[in-house]
Amino acid sequence: MVTAAQVWEALAEIPDPEIPVVSLVDLGVVKDVHVDGERVSVEFTPTFLGCPALEVMRAAMEDRVRELGAEPHVEVVLDDSWSTDRITPEGRQKLSASGFAPPAPRPTRPLQLVELERGFECPYCGSTDTKLENLFGPTPCRSVRYCNACRQPFEQFKTI
Amino acid sequence: MVSHVLNGRAQRLIEYADDELILGWRDSEWTGIAPSLEEDVAFSSIAQNEIGHARALYELAARELDTSADELAFDRDPSEYRCAPLVTLHRLDWAHTIARHWLYESADELRLAALKESDDPELAGLAAKMDREEVYHRLHAQMWADRLRDEPRFREAVEEHWPYALGLLDAPLRPVLASHVQGTVPVTWPLGTRPVERGEPSDELRPLWEEMTMVRRSVPGATW
Repeated sequence: MVTAAQVWEALAEIPDPEIPVVSLVDLGVVKDVHVDGERVSVEFTPTFLGCPALEVMRAAMEDRVRELGAEPHVEVVLDDSWSTDRITPEGRQKLSASGFAPPAPRPTRPLQLVELERGFECPYCGSTDTKLENLFGPTPCRSVRYCNACRQPFEQFKTI
Repeated sequence: MVSHVLNGRAQRLIEYADDELILGWRDSEWTGIAPSLEEDVAFSSIAQNEIGHARALYELAARELDTSADELAFDRDPSEYRCAPLVTLHRLDWAHTIARHWLYESADELRLAALKESDDPELAGLAAKMDREEVYHRLHAQMWADRLRDEPRFREAVEEHWPYALGLLDAPLRPVLASHVQGTVPVTWPLGTRPVERGEPSDELRPLWEEMTMVRRSVPGATW
């Protein structure tokens, strides 16, 4: 019989469809796993509500659970339990290593533009002489920045 | 065609979802033709968020009504949509677009803040999740409003949209919106400005609906 630890291990191998260097477990979107005999329930919290990768993530989780010989039940939880603070330290390192600045920790009060305009570290050269180019980016979860030191645009995971 | 007798909760969810769906559609009309590449990306991304919010809201309503989010979004007649007429307006002009965006996001902040305090845990949780994304819309809208506040074209566009913006909110929140808006753009509105309310006919919704539902209507019941 499958154990919860095996399910977690299997889910940790599923890459994010849009940023494949990080796994779904690195992203912190797997909220909980329950094993009840042959039935495996996975509580899954979307990152952004309009993220088109959600369906792909869900299908991939169902496939992995079936490969373990169990019946998957993926429940999408639409509450407020996911924030970018749930991205694991390992996930943050992987983001940096592939050219994405990790999200800043979420402040306790509402985000201000001035906080987002400060010089975040460039994942390519490490300089903090960087600027915000666009609050929005190629996917809902990313902002676009520019490094004045190495003249390289880069993306940052938005803090939400 | 979805014809249900709506209870209060489902009705409110559908009103909100319709606002977000139709505004998302309007925002997406800038994809490829916005005045700068940054704004092309911004409006496309905002559109994607709004439509994602619409889907989540429709899903909650659909569960109560024993239907699906897609049926609620696409299988109703245009006369059954409950969005505020603000979001149906079709003005492919930057001053008008920013005026509507800023008024909408300002009103939406008030609406979300109220929903986050709701006794309905499901609705409060979803509102809090939506609000995490909406913060970015507000920062973007306010940045533009601050930049354009002294431009006559922008001020005129704000004045033109004002009666429509009122229609987004319940009556008690309308004065709060007025003071918020006047903090950035000190326009004055004639006393007794008549709000353009939900359900008032809009000539501009039907052409949008025709386009939005064209593929779905082409092969009814198909799974794409």
